[in-house]
Formats: sequence, structure tokens, C-alpha cells
Amino acid sequence: MKTTLALFGGIYNNYLALEAAIVDEKKRGASDIYCLGDLGAFGPHPDRVFPLLQENNIQCVQGNYDDSIGNELENCQCGYTDPRDNYFAQISYDYTLANTSVPNRHYLKNLPKEIRLEIQGKRVLLCHGSPRKTNEFLWESTTSTHFLERLASDFEADVLVGTHSGIHWQRSLSGGRAFINVGVLGRPENDGRTDVWYTLLHFNDAQEVEVEFVPLRYDHQRMAAEMTEQQLPQEFIDTITTGWWSTCLEILPAKERARGKF
Amino acid sequence: MIQQVKPPEIAISHLDHLWFQVAGTLCNLSCHHCFISCHPKNHNFGFLTLEQVEQRLLESVALGVKEYYFTGGEPFLNPDMVSILKRTLDFGPATVLTNGTVFKEPWLESLREAEQQSVYSLEFRVSIDGFTAETNDPIRGEGTFDRAMRGVSKLVKHGFMPIITAARTWPDSEEQTVISNFLAMLRSHGYERPRLKILPTLKLGEEENRSCGYRDSERITSEMMEEFDTSQLICEHSRLVTDRGIQVCPILLEAEDAKLGETLQDSIRPYPLSHGACFTCYQYGSICSNPSSGFSAIES
Ligand code: SF4
Ligand code: SF4
Ligand SMILES: [Fe+2]
Repeated sequence: MKTTLALFGGIYNNYLALEAAIVDEKKRGASDIYCLGDLGAFGPHPDRVFPLLQENNIQCVQGNYDDSIGNELENCQCGYTDPRDNYFAQISYDYTLANTSVPNRHYLKNLPKEIRLEIQGKRVLLCHGSPRKTNEFLWESTTSTHFLERLASDFEADVLVGTHSGIHWQRSLSGGRAFINVGVLGRPENDGRTDVWYTLLHFNDAQEVEVEFVPLRYDHQRMAAEMTEQQLPQEFIDTITTGWWSTCLEILPAKERARGKF
Repeated sequence: MIQQVKPPEIAISHLDHLWFQVAGTLCNLSCHHCFISCHPKNHNFGFLTLEQVEQRLLESVALGVKEYYFTGGEPFLNPDMVSILKRTLDFGPATVLTNGTVFKEPWLESLREAEQQSVYSLEFRVSIDGFTAETNDPIRGEGTFDRAMRGVSKLVKHGFMPIITAARTWPDSEEQTVISNFLAMLRSHGYERPRLKILPTLKLGEEENRSCGYRDSERITSEMMEEFDTSQLICEHSRLVTDRGIQVCPILLEAEDAKLGETLQDSIRPYPLSHGACFTCYQYGSICSNPSSGFSAIES
């Protein structure tokens, strides 16, 4: 028997990508869908995300953004360190907070920090940044394998799954364990293409987990048009239409930064 | 009078960052603000050899260290430096803090190759003061600005994107102008996508002579630690390897009580925050980490 889960994070208000992802995931045989947090940011109309999640029975982990909006904090706790990055982050945060309804804020506030599953004998831990810290960036090029081994042991998991950084990657660990960053639905991956990414995990009887990263097309032109109409920063709109990040670059390590354009 | 009270202790939550005092206190420069007073004759701390570094790398695996940092003095005065960095990239990400003035092209070629073969990033952090020789050289020495710029150009030519770190030596009111001039200057030197990090100056070592040192009241108290996010302090997630053993952090190099043991495992214990420099850390946060590590202070 094979069990397939679909996972994504970072919706960033991109309800059009979310809609497309749900259709695609079901088509590919996902039995359950999980969201690893950061429902808001970046895009338009925050409230359009929630019904899609609820109608499709998608369980969510609380991201830093969800904690902030849910508790009406002053900023998104994204962990940016550069003033320009924080400037743009604040614009979308203020927009998202102002446009998230009270019941939806309440929903965000009550999301769990982690979800534990047991699938085909594997202990699966879903978190946002890392299991120890919601807004920790785990980049492929700055996360040692023995650090991940340590997390897997400390948190008693065979499959550690996170998002937050915005770029998907995976690392195989000892004893058939693995760390997987599932990517984000909300914005492209700074690779010059407009697709966004989600992840399928296939669990089989042999206690193996196959990781499949899936690029997703969606109506990004419409997304860009709605962002323009909502007067969101042009820098963010450009990212949607070009696939390159032009802000929040200072948090990228050397390798990830070099792959981008800015 | 300030009463001597017992300083608050800080526990290490996890050894995220392992630092190496790889060039000891030896430097080809002698900057006025050098917080550990490095200069060409300061042999107080010695070089680490490839074997010494390798031993610590091996020890670090069991402790789950996430990233490795190399500092001095000037790391590239150490004849083993290139092989040390190459070996480190087998274990995890490496960051080297350099003044950028002593690179040889074949070293960079070989390091570039090693980085491309590794899944991990090799970060160079090149320190300069200000955006012209006029602001830099009085602090770092005659001709050092041009030499550092040549170093940056070499790194860029070999495909690296160094993070340029500048200790803040200008008034806050000039910050925006200083930064945009600085970026323009880097672009004019061929660095199209410059990465910049501004550090506060620490009042220690040479810096103590330049301004006024720490007042007695500039110490961390237990009250200050209440509700404080201790992960802002480097010692909460780091240790430093020196040729004398394992020390608490890369800032208190010379402090008598800084040594915590002979092995990494020994050094995983609490430390009393009794120094003036601790007060600066408290105010400015984790100034030595890379932005991507998520431990950096907000820079304004
Ligand atoms: S600040 Fe850096 S370059 Fe200057 S003397 Fe100290 S170690 Fe050398
Ligand atoms: S100087 Fe800073 S990093 Fe070092 S022990 Fe004091 S507070 Fe910690
Ligand atoms: Fe996040």
C-alpha cells in the first residue's frame, strides 16, 4: 500500500496558487493535504485563503506570520535583518493584518506549532521553520547534516518537514530518516520561472519515503493584476511575474543568493 | 558607587556556531578598533593547524554543530587556511572573516572549486571602514582600502559574493548617504550585487584607547536578563576554538575566565556575563553571525 501526502507552506495570500495546488494534488492521488504555515504576506485579499483550506479539510501548522496576525503583533517575525527587507515586509504585514477578518485571526491564533503523524511506521513531524524555532531559516547550503540528525533525534522524528525559507530542498539522514523543506505556494523560488512549488511524500510498505517536488503553474498574471489593484509594492509584483526575488535577499546564503538575479 | 553583585549566568542552548581563532592574534594590519588588538607581532594566540581544526570538526559532529566560522587576526596568514576551509566544507557551511588584503589567486581558484563540489556555502566576510580611503585608511592603515578593494575584486572574479562588513564609524545622521555611496563604490569595482553588513564598534582592546572604554555601570545585571531573548548573545549558541583550548565566544578572547575546557563537550556549560563587552552584545545582539543564520541583530 502506498500513502501519498501533499504538503506546502507559505501561501502568502496567494489564493490562486492555493486553488491550483489543491486540484493538482488531488489529481496526483494525495490522500491528505497539509499546510505548514504563513498563510498571509505578500499577496492580495488574505481572507480568500481560509475557505479553501477549510472546505478541503487542510490542516495547518502555525507559521511566524500566523502567530503575528493571530495575536495582532506589530510585525511578521520573518527574521529579516536588512532595513530594506523589513521595509517591504512591513507594508505587506500591515496590509494583511488590516484585511484579515476577526474570525480568521482567531483561527490563526489557535493553530498548532507542530503536527505529528505516524504513516506506514514512520514518525512524521510537521513544523514551520524548524522543530525548535518557528522562524528559523534552514537553508540547504547552511545547514549541516549532523545538525539535522540531531534535530531528528531530539524531536523523535523520522521525517522532519518544514518550510519558511521559501526554497525547497531535502537531505537524507541516517536510518532512513530525512529532512524536507516543502517550498512555498506564495511566490516563485528566485529561479526566473513563475511556477511555485509544493511537495508530495509517498510512503510505501517497505518503510521508504519518496520525496517529489512539484512545480505548479497557476494564473500568476491575474495574481499580479490583483496585487496592482490592491496597491501592493511593485517589487513583490515583479517577483510574481518574473520569478526573481528583488527584496528579502540579504537573508540568503552565498549559494542560494548566487543562483538568483539580484 | 556601583556594588559588585554576582553576574547573571548564561547557558548554551545548542552549539550552533563553532568559531575557530584560526590565525590566533596575528594580523598583517593593526586597526585602531580591532577589538582583540591584533597586529603583525601579536603572537599571544597562535595559528591552528589543519590537524587541530580537523579534530574539532570531528568532535563537532556528535554535538550537531550547524555552521563553522573562521577568524583571527587575518585567517589567510595561516599557511593551512585553504586546506582548512576545504576540509570544513566536507562537514558543513564555512564563513571566513578576512581583511581581504592577502589573497592569492590560486587559493581562491581552489576554494571556488571546493565550494562548487560541496552542498555548503563558503562565505567570505571582508571588513572595511567607510567607503573611501579617506575614511578607511586612518583606521585600518595606509593603502588598506585599495588593497581590500582589490581583494573584493579577486573574490568577485572567482565567483564569490563576499559580505562586506563595515564597523560603524560615522554618525547615524549620515547612515543613508554612507551606505548608498558605499554600494555605488562596490559596484564601480565590479561587484554588481554587493552584500553589506554594518557592525557596531566594540569598546575593547585598541578600541578602548580610542574612545573611553566601559563604565562600571555598563554591565549586564540579572534584572536585565528577565524577559530578554538570550539567543541574541553569541555565547548562547557558540564556542570558540583557540590554540589554548575552547573559549566562550570570539569576543572575549583575552578574558581570564573565557576558557571553558579542553574539548567541545567540556565547554558546554554556563558562563557568567561579567564583562563590559557583554553589555555591548546585550545592546546590539549577535553582531558576528551571518544574516542567513537568523541570529543577526536588526541593522539600521
Ligand atoms: S580588525 Fe581585523 S584586520 Fe584589523 S587588526 Fe584586527 S584582525 Fe586585523
Ligand atoms: S562578550 Fe558577548 S558573546 Fe561573549 S560572553 Fe559576553 S555576552 Fe556572551
Ligand atoms: Fe515563515
